Amino acid sequence: MKICVLVKEVPDAAVEKRIDPSSKRLDRSGEKNLNPFDTHAIEAAMQLKEGGAVEVEEVVAVTMGPESAFRALHKAVSLGADRSVHLTDDALAGSDVAATGYALSKVLEAESPDLVLLGQQSDDGECYTIGAVVADHLKMPSLTQVIKMDVEGGKLRCERQAEYGYDTVEIALPAVISVGDAINEPRYPSLKAIMGAKKKQLDTKSTADAGIDAGRVGADGSRTAVLGINPPPAKSAGEIIEDEDTAETVEKIVNWLDERKLLA
Amino acid sequence: MSGILTYALHYEGAFNKNSLGAVSEGAKLAKEIGGDAAVVVVGGDDLTDDLCASLGNYGATKVYRVKGPEGLGAPVVDAMAKVIQDNSYSYALFGGGLLGFEIGAGLTARLDAGVTMEVTAVKAQSGKLVAERPILQDSAIVDVDYVGEPGIIIGRLNAFDVVESGGGAAEVVDVDVQFEDHSGQAVMIQRGEQRGADVNIEDAELLVAGGRGLGKAEGFQLCEDLAGALGGAVAATRAVVDAGWYPYAAQIGQTGKTVAPKLYLAAGISGAIQHKVGMQASENIVAINKDANAPIFEFCDLGIVGDLNAILPKLTEAVKAKKGG
Repeated sequence: MKICVLVKEVPDAAVEKRIDPSSKRLDRSGEKNLNPFDTHAIEAAMQLKEGGAVEVEEVVAVTMGPESAFRALHKAVSLGADRSVHLTDDALAGSDVAATGYALSKVLEAESPDLVLLGQQSDDGECYTIGAVVADHLKMPSLTQVIKMDVEGGKLRCERQAEYGYDTVEIALPAVISVGDAINEPRYPSLKAIMGAKKKQLDTKSTADAGIDAGRVGADGSRTAVLGINPPPAKSAGEIIEDEDTAETVEKIVNWLDERKLLA
Repeated sequence: MSGILTYALHYEGAFNKNSLGAVSEGAKLAKEIGGDAAVVVVGGDDLTDDLCASLGNYGATKVYRVKGPEGLGAPVVDAMAKVIQDNSYSYALFGGGLLGFEIGAGLTARLDAGVTMEVTAVKAQSGKLVAERPILQDSAIVDVDYVGEPGIIIGRLNAFDVVESGGGAAEVVDVDVQFEDHSGQAVMIQRGEQRGADVNIEDAELLVAGGRGLGKAEGFQLCEDLAGALGGAVAATRAVVDAGWYPYAAQIGQTGKTVAPKLYLAAGISGAIQHKVGMQASENIVAINKDANAPIFEFCDLGIVGDLNAILPKLTEAVKAKKGG
């Protein structure tokens, strides 16, 4: 079995994010990191590889992003991926969900994996949708928010929470699965793995290399356009107490609740 | 092209509340931009004429009924793609929830269409729709326009109100759909399984909710003690339900329940969007978290930065004393 894991470089959670007013896009300068949700997808791939229920020949990390995104791939291979593919091209800048999904599906087509894994969402764009976009392009079955995944008789048995409780779904391979963060506890990379990451094969591809129709990607190829950015409706900030003296803090909470007649 | 097509999810003979919100919103918007307010439903014999026609109560004028498997995205993508291609609808609209995201995303690929997700409001402007989408932990809202048709709009949970507009029965049209091969490669084995004890949190006026910050399953005892003192119930986040710390029936948020109690006391909950959508309508929100940067401090009414293991037991005693005195 060959597994491709889709990963993404996102602004570090500790860095304040902002929208560039001129381009109306997320300002992606500053500290970057591997999207934390993606580490669950890599861990899921590694558990399949190490689990023995199926033979996994290769785990390949795939990303689309600017030149700096190779760092997310280094992180991904330090967590266990065997090699990585970086789709990068100026023509891709400003791609929306539809364009990004199309572009990634072209890279995946060339890799021809038996299983595509991804995290449930990206830490920056908060999209939950890329997996299902990619799956439809690849004509593969897909499922999102999977919290348990086993290989049985060449098929996947997946569990997830849906609208009415827990669903169990059987899926034939090849398939695209986005995993929820409850599926596992990702490992930390060893120092040796971090040092060795740069030595693992990293292929860089342009849109032309990947056979991507340049008219369908980038800001011009996107099917949505941002008209404007507005502040959210104002909400008066709540009162914040730093707990220094717990007895005093508790008294303040009780008084606050009592004023609102919540202790009647 | 004109008109708006929505999808209505159903289970055990009733439509999903978020789907009915989307149907209501679609009907309202169709009046403004013109065209049908149509709905696609996919399922078996439980989709009776009466059940389908009842969507007219929410403003739907036409219901396309498709025989097919329920609870999975791809068959609905096939159905909606056909209905849109045969009838030239301008927009596809989904209420919040897991399936709407999957179907909307699939349609995006199938029809080479623009998509906006987590939408909180939709405006009609010069015969077109513009979607409002909050970004960056709700610190800004972008207005998104669609280039070409159809445009796909995926709502955030509870974004669209259910409105009974008193319309008559909707016209029910049966549609035969040739499902794609890959749509048959995901098969539902079991649907809607309930795990853990059944608890009722939707009727409670006071809720104490626990998250990952409780540290371990046993941490919920602190929440139960406080809820007992307050005379309320205990709720939980998805993360701790999935971890098996608390029953599914107590889960708040994107795939759980939506509550609006008089008091929502969040213990060790960071306040991610997926949780926020299930409780933000609460009258009074109190948050206790040791991480001063937790998003919940942005929208709570009273926030305490501190160790809940120290605060909760003392708070429980103080509440008991106050109520007893």
